[in-house]
Amino acid sequence: MAEESTDNKMSRRQFLKNSGYVAGGVVGGGIIGGLVTNQFQSGAPTQDQSQQEGGQATQDFSRALTYFSRREDFDVLSQMTELIYPSDDNGPGAIELGAAFYIDKQLSGAWGHNAREYMQGPFHEGEPTQGYQSRLKRHELIFQGIQKVKQYSQSNYDASFLDLEEEQQIEILTAFENGEVEIDGAPNEQFFALIRAATLEGVYADPLYGGNRNMDGWRMKEYPGNKMSYINEIDSGEFYDEEPSSLNAHMDQ
Amino acid sequence: MAEELEKVDVVTVGVGWTGGIIAAECAKEGMSVVGLERGKGRSIDDYYMIHDELRYAIRYDLMQDVSKETISFRNAPDQRALPMRQMGSFLLGQGLGGAGVHWNGQTHRFLPYDFEIRSQTIDKYGEGKIKDGMMLQDWGITYDELEPYFDHFEKICGISGEENPYSPRSNPYPTPPMKDTPVTDRARQAAENLNLKPFKTPSANLSEQYENPDGKTINACQYCAFCERFGCEYGAKTDPTITVIPTAQETGNYELRTHSNVVEVLHQDGRATGVRYVDVLSGKEYIQPAEVVVLTSYVMNNTKLLLVSDIGTPYNPETGRGNVGKNYCYQINAGSTGFFEEEQFNTFMGAGSLGICVDDYNGDNFDHADLDFVHGGVGSVTQTGQRPINTNPVPPGTPSWGREFKEKSIHYFTRHLGIGFQGASMPYRYNYLDLDPTYKDAYGVPLLRMTYNFTDQDKNLHKYLSQRATEFVKEMGADVATEAEELGDYNIVPYQTTHNTGGTPMGDNPDNSTVNNYSQMWEAENLFVVGASTFAHNSGYNPTGTVGALAYRAAEGIIRYSKEGGSLV
Ligand SMILES: Cc1cc2nc3c(=O)[nH]c(=O)nc-3n(C[C@H](O)[C@H](O)[C@H](O)COP(=O)(O)OP(=O)(O)OC[C@H]3O[C@@H](n4cnc5c(N)ncnc54)[C@H](O)[C@@H]3O)c2cc1C
Ligand code: SF4
Repeated sequence: MAEESTDNKMSRRQFLKNSGYVAGGVVGGGIIGGLVTNQFQSGAPTQDQSQQEGGQATQDFSRALTYFSRREDFDVLSQMTELIYPSDDNGPGAIELGAAFYIDKQLSGAWGHNAREYMQGPFHEGEPTQGYQSRLKRHELIFQGIQKVKQYSQSNYDASFLDLEEEQQIEILTAFENGEVEIDGAPNEQFFALIRAATLEGVYADPLYGGNRNMDGWRMKEYPGNKMSYINEIDSGEFYDEEPSSLNAHMDQ
Repeated sequence: MAEELEKVDVVTVGVGWTGGIIAAECAKEGMSVVGLERGKGRSIDDYYMIHDELRYAIRYDLMQDVSKETISFRNAPDQRALPMRQMGSFLLGQGLGGAGVHWNGQTHRFLPYDFEIRSQTIDKYGEGKIKDGMMLQDWGITYDELEPYFDHFEKICGISGEENPYSPRSNPYPTPPMKDTPVTDRARQAAENLNLKPFKTPSANLSEQYENPDGKTINACQYCAFCERFGCEYGAKTDPTITVIPTAQETGNYELRTHSNVVEVLHQDGRATGVRYVDVLSGKEYIQPAEVVVLTSYVMNNTKLLLVSDIGTPYNPETGRGNVGKNYCYQINAGSTGFFEEEQFNTFMGAGSLGICVDDYNGDNFDHADLDFVHGGVGSVTQTGQRPINTNPVPPGTPSWGREFKEKSIHYFTRHLGIGFQGASMPYRYNYLDLDPTYKDAYGVPLLRMTYNFTDQDKNLHKYLSQRATEFVKEMGADVATEAEELGDYNIVPYQTTHNTGGTPMGDNPDNSTVNNYSQMWEAENLFVVGASTFAHNSGYNPTGTVGALAYRAAEGIIRYSKEGGSLV
């Protein structure tokens, strides 16, 4: 894979070096576009692509769990992400994009443990304008919330959340969104708000984090991802519909 | 016990734009300067993986680690202040270059009106225009006096711009304006149709390669779209790490110490003697004695360090006495978003300062006789490069998740344009900064406590500017225009702007201000407080053009003080 892309392509380092001169007006702007397009159009295909294209199928070893210990919890989370961002005519939904795997990885890391946030007490309930005031870390809130989704489903629908019709699942999520279900130690609405935000991250963050599989989240949104430069396109009246590229393209140089 | 180091001429607390400017100018004069910065060092080499929305724009990788230090907040004095546990409303800088590394680079000058706002308001509209509790004051300096310093800061940055009729200048901008795009063309046309005077946003993303008066080269912007909240991997967004900091270092008179968190300004008999700081890696404490101490640690810590060190008189909103912590101001975001059915725009391209501005509703550029507010704001149609996690525009009435949300947010991602106004913010009696009685930072120092809410002035101005914004968006051809909702209570959660100002206001006498127009503290003449904390109110612009000008003036003052001593005014 890597060989394919190195041939007619300029390394990112080279590109940066040149851009100083080029952009300074010594060479003239036209060159940059060519460099950028060559470099990134031929960016190394992802594993997913090679599978789809029937190439040598390699396993995606990152598709396993770092945080959740029970399969059912992960499946409930997956289904919630899918309801938030469903598969439709535009393209894949959150499950196919790997949003739940993304969230699982985030929960075991710095974000899930609020590592860069002020978590010293005393904790008091505040006004909504004062922001998050719970002693719960994100991973604790999400874990608890998922248990509540399972319980709520059992007590109100007498069935497992995963066995319900989509409409009923949406009803449940709406109840959580509106804060109708009691969450211990945090405002009720926060659990759903967090899942919603994390789902959008899992759909649209660079695929390096485990979601946005094959950059399909970006494709649906006609978002080109990480490009080095738009200096040749910025003044154009044409809509730019190039293939997206991810940060992975920066690694093989 | 803290280890006492050798005395230097100047120590700066924090090394962003202000700390860098003071260091460069003083070191060039042959003074020995130490810069203490709590964060780590960084340079263009650190931007290898910079085009990452999640890491930099959502997780704030380049910004303040609030697990160590934050502020506490309440809307009014009768509420219990609680810590800002996560950053949101504004994004504080940390690390070499401070917020100057991840700014947009929109580099305006405040208006002549701003510096004489109290006198001009009274002259034109009478005392009654200044409402109860609104603490308007002149800054003790005029625009004309400050003009050469604006000019110099713009030359150091190489600002790309075009003439703004409301902002008189002695020299043209150092570099030509940025490129025209279909978005800026449309905005310019709409402005002209409405009889407004459009101009390209003055930009620190340079239109061409440029060498500044210190011999530092800034490259040409690539319109890469990862600008605000990101560092520039091209060295094309002027920031302190590619200009003033290396300028200081090359003199041989500057020593930079990163991972050094200042906890106290030491003083005796009305003079600062140095600072006490913690090496955050080793945990060791040091005392750095200095002839002149300069606070360049942004609005929050400039104010906090004076308060915790017991220097100057803390502001008391009940008696109105004291000036440290006074005149904390912010801004309001008025605006309108237009949705376009038939047209698609390359809104994911762009640069932090690419846009068209109108100043016709800023300052006193329009008549306020029949209006229930003072001041105004600059309107900007920007093309800064939108990214998919943060930008999910949907017309009103659309659910925030599910099928319809997905469909519409995808559709409108490249089919919406808007205009935003940065509404000015006036000082009010109960909007102020002091120390929190309960919460402490990682070094055991009390957190700064912010008491702040929007006022009727803000709400009225917001409404007026949002209406103008809707007119503008319709003129740009939008099928649907969505006006910003009416302003409620100030909320510290959603991002609004990092244009915090005040706390150590500037003025023409010690009764109403903390510093004079050289940013020299009235109550301690060898202590200079530099940055937007010295703004007596906040104008309707991005602050850094004015911050830079005042910093160059402060540097001149420090150099003069080191020769002559005494009060500079
Ligand atoms: C996302 C964003 C976009 C922006 N865009 C624009 C724009 O387009 N135009 C504009 O005019 N302005 C903009 N700004 C504002 C601009 O960045 C600031 O006005 C400017 O950088 C302030 O410079 P400063 O030196 O005063 O403070 P800072 O850059 O904040 O530097 C202060 C430094 O002091 C350090 N420090 C603080 N406390 C201590 C301590 N106790 N001990 C040691 N060190 C300490 C900090 O770590 C920091 O590095 C933007 C800001 C942000 C966050
Ligand atoms: S938009 Fe321009 S100035 Fe901003 S980061 Fe990209 S290249 Fe640098």
